[in-house]
Amino acid sequence: MNVPAAWYLVLAAVLFGIGTFGLLTRRSALIMFMCLELLLNAVNLTFVTFARTLRDIGGQAAVFFVMVVAAAEVTVGLGIVVTVFRRRSSTSVDELSEMKG
Amino acid sequence: MIAAAYAIPDILAFLTAAVMIVVGALGVLAVKNPVHAALSLILTLFGVAVAFVAQAADFLAVVQIIVYAGAIVVLFLFVIMFLGVDRFETVRVEPLVGQRALAGVGAVITVGGLIVLLASSHWVTGAVAVSTSGHPAAVGAGNVRAVGTAVFTTYLFAFEATAALLIIAVVGAVLLARRERRMDREEEA
Repeated sequence: MNVPAAWYLVLAAVLFGIGTFGLLTRRSALIMFMCLELLLNAVNLTFVTFARTLRDIGGQAAVFFVMVVAAAEVTVGLGIVVTVFRRRSSTSVDELSEMKG
Repeated sequence: MIAAAYAIPDILAFLTAAVMIVVGALGVLAVKNPVHAALSLILTLFGVAVAFVAQAADFLAVVQIIVYAGAIVVLFLFVIMFLGVDRFETVRVEPLVGQRALAGVGAVITVGGLIVLLASSHWVTGAVAVSTSGHPAAVGAGNVRAVGTAVFTTYLFAFEATAALLIIAVVGAVLLARRERRMDREEEA
């Protein structure tokens, strides 16, 4: 008998929590992007677990699309980080405060 | 008791994946050097790939390694090297008072909420275990074929849209990287 889906779901929830904490506390835009990847992976793990539990391949197709979107997001995001770094010589999000009201 | 209820290899696969995922994620959270954080991220991504294999998502496990570890993390490392590895933030300084504590409370609430939500709804489906039987498409046999069929029939429009999305992302990234240089040239001229 296989391990329960609940184990994998709790693991994904823990991974999501760790990623959330990192996203909220770290200041380097690069590390924040990595934590964003942790969040996406937690969701992917949930998708695959439910695809298995519900016997529906749609969950795995959704993970496929999440991966594509993640790749596009990282490409543009890191391009923005490089552009910001050229102007400010820093990747700290705390120093990007021009737009505060 | 647990070993009696579930197959040993499945438990070992889950424990391996869990240790890799949690240790890697905590590494991303804790280390100061961005290069080390990227390497920890690879550990987590491989752990997720192990979990995918354990749940019969063979195709996604391979894509996970190729796309995430092979492309995304390399992109991260490239940017880190490009910007200079010696610039890392100080983890110990806390500019906003109580931010870290509040973030911890928020994370605990998130995890607790997710677990309570899932548990109280009988894990949404009422199923007690990951099934090894059922539709062969979702449980391993011909997984690549099944995913391919789904992507190219049911989700064909979304698939074409992602193609456009990737083209737009590439063009956008090139534009972002080029614009500054052109401005420099204009300033020089």
